[in-house]
Amino acid sequence: MAFEKDLNLDATELRLGLPGTSDESAKNQTPATLRSNNKRALPEESMSSNATASKNCDQETAPLPKAQVIGWPPIRSYRKNNLQPKKSEGEISGIYVKVSMDGAPYLRKIDLKVFKGYQELLKALEDMFKFKAGEYSEREGYNGSEFVPTYEDKDGDWMLVGDVPWEMFTNSCKKLRIMKGSEARGLGCVV
Amino acid sequence: MNYFPDEVLEHVFDFITSHKDRNSVSLVCKSWYKIERYSRQRVFIGNCYSISPERLIARFPGLKSLTLKGKPHFADFNLVPHDWGGFVYPWIEALAKSRIGLEELRLKRMVVSDESLELLSKSFVNFKSLVLVSCEGFTTDGLAAIAANCRFLRELDLQENEVDDHRGHWLSCFPESCTSLISLNFACLRGEVNLGALERLVSRSPNLKSLRLNRAVPLDTLQKLLMRAPQLVDLGIGSYVHDPFSEAYNKLKIAIQRCKSIRSLSGFLEVAPHCMSAIYPICGNLTFLNLSYAPGLHGNKLMKLIQHCRKLQRLWILDCIGDKGLGVVALTCKELQELRVFPSDPFEAGNAAVTEEGLVLVSAGCTKLNSLLYFCQQMTNAALITVAKNCPNFIRFRLCILDPIKPDPVTNQPLDEGFGAIVQSCKGLKRLSLSGLLTDQVFLYIGMYAEQLEMLSIAFAADSDKGMLYVLNGCKKLRKLEIRDCPFGDSALLEDVGKYETMRSLWMSSCEVTLGGCKSVAEKMPTLNVEIIDESEQMEFNLDDKQKVDKMYLYRTLVGHRKDAPEYVWIL
Repeated sequence: MAFEKDLNLDATELRLGLPGTSDESAKNQTPATLRSNNKRALPEESMSSNATASKNCDQETAPLPKAQVIGWPPIRSYRKNNLQPKKSEGEISGIYVKVSMDGAPYLRKIDLKVFKGYQELLKALEDMFKFKAGEYSEREGYNGSEFVPTYEDKDGDWMLVGDVPWEMFTNSCKKLRIMKGSEARGLGCVV
Repeated sequence: MNYFPDEVLEHVFDFITSHKDRNSVSLVCKSWYKIERYSRQRVFIGNCYSISPERLIARFPGLKSLTLKGKPHFADFNLVPHDWGGFVYPWIEALAKSRIGLEELRLKRMVVSDESLELLSKSFVNFKSLVLVSCEGFTTDGLAAIAANCRFLRELDLQENEVDDHRGHWLSCFPESCTSLISLNFACLRGEVNLGALERLVSRSPNLKSLRLNRAVPLDTLQKLLMRAPQLVDLGIGSYVHDPFSEAYNKLKIAIQRCKSIRSLSGFLEVAPHCMSAIYPICGNLTFLNLSYAPGLHGNKLMKLIQHCRKLQRLWILDCIGDKGLGVVALTCKELQELRVFPSDPFEAGNAAVTEEGLVLVSAGCTKLNSLLYFCQQMTNAALITVAKNCPNFIRFRLCILDPIKPDPVTNQPLDEGFGAIVQSCKGLKRLSLSGLLTDQVFLYIGMYAEQLEMLSIAFAADSDKGMLYVLNGCKKLRKLEIRDCPFGDSALLEDVGKYETMRSLWMSSCEVTLGGCKSVAEKMPTLNVEIIDESEQMEFNLDDKQKVDKMYLYRTLVGHRKDAPEYVWIL
């Protein structure tokens, strides 16, 4: 997105109308007209627009169109390129799912958002329920343990944790269940 | 003093460490010049084109530490094309060929290639410290060379550089025998690092005092690193995202409590704000807190964190702290000297969450404030006058109103009186950046009162040449002047060309100076390089002297025109 703004696509856009005129706002000014406008003209313009504040202006003259001014605000490009945008409230609330383990007296809840990937999730589950999950492979599922992590997806099916890409998993996982023993063998686990 | 043998003078000079003082000492007489130059170990060059590496080497054969700055300041804001210059390779090449035992290299805004890093790593046996700030042109391969070859490396400090991350194993390139690290900062790298190698490196670095991690280092690893390095003084956290019920988080709490020496905290490049309580135990000792890359931390969580930081001297924060949050800072951080408030939304200027109110609150509560960088939605004259009264000790005052020509929203007046109050009250002011609606009047004040001013940045201001003239005539200590989008033309530029020889540099872009005016300066002052930067090819076809110049950068130099300028730079 930053890159597009540097390319100044709006400025090279073909449109009808004189340069310097605008639709709703002054956003479509080209840098050239911007420069010729922004020296003495602008202070006067903004002062006269104050004097005639009651008059209806079709053009926004007072503030400079921010997106168009190269190098303004004066922020280091490193900072512009590396500041992660503020997360929306929805994202902050996290993806909490229930986790059950066969034989455990009560369920737990974890926030899938806090993990970067399967490795971290499995480690957290292992810590929480004090078990070891075994080695995952695409062909054989989890090898070397009677515990197998599974999840219920949006369609209501019970799936093996680890098969699909992480983002797809977090988007479709409704609850987690750590299966144990004989039931687990049905999912292709070889003990 | 001429009756003392050289050794005594040399010993005396050892106590003189500031560059300015040593420069003065060298001017006293020939004998002092000679003694000073042989004993000089640290040299600072503010503009790499003002002198050549050969002359530097000839004058200071005992050089151990070199600081170089390349591109002009406005290059930070994309106003200088990429390959304008500032290449470090010729410097390293020349130093490598000489007998200089370089131990420390500090670069700012320079182009650093992998070749230069490799040459650097192989040419100086005792090389100890590499600091790169806002540089570009290198990849992690270059870092691998430094890690592998600099056997006594103490410091590798990368600040806000654009690095091409090859996700390589550069960290693994530190040999097992490398145990000398004191400072390691790779926060600006975007790629993954070998976490095992990082843990082993930290384990074998008992002197490590400063460690700043990048985004790719998860909390789990952080906890392990802190367990191995409880002596840290400066910590930069990479990723701070975890489940508050996990064992990793519990271990982190324990690890952090052991780190009783941490005074400086930064990073939180990824953050889960509901887990900040683990950090509280070390907050009470912090003197520097940098949360300017942590937009995930705001509101009550942020305020709660700050309330624990009673000893803070420097705070870098995002504007999502809001005026209310700044009020909390004002109540809590009574030792505060430096405040930087950055915009959390660099592209959409309309959303800044701080106004003049926040600044007034901080100025009232933090009377030791002497350095300010403040991006805000709006500012009033009344607020600035109050701030000036509350805080007469400002050395650096940089105000950026996101709408660059916005007047005082209450009175609709320009901000001349407000800034005027600042320069009148703050007699020690060395650096000033202006914004908002400003007329020639503010420059009259600056010329009259800002006697110690060394650096001035002006944008979208003034009505006429008078503005620039007030400054050039009044500010006797001015070293750097950078101007964009102001109506200053040839008559201001040419009024006193001798002045520019007393300054490091002058930048003027989108002003009214013409090609003819610039040529005139170049003619009259052969000790200045006058560069015209014009990428539009106008210069190729139309060499009319009356033509306005897009960007002009002039600087004093002892070595004439540089040979490495690209096509679109004309040196007059």
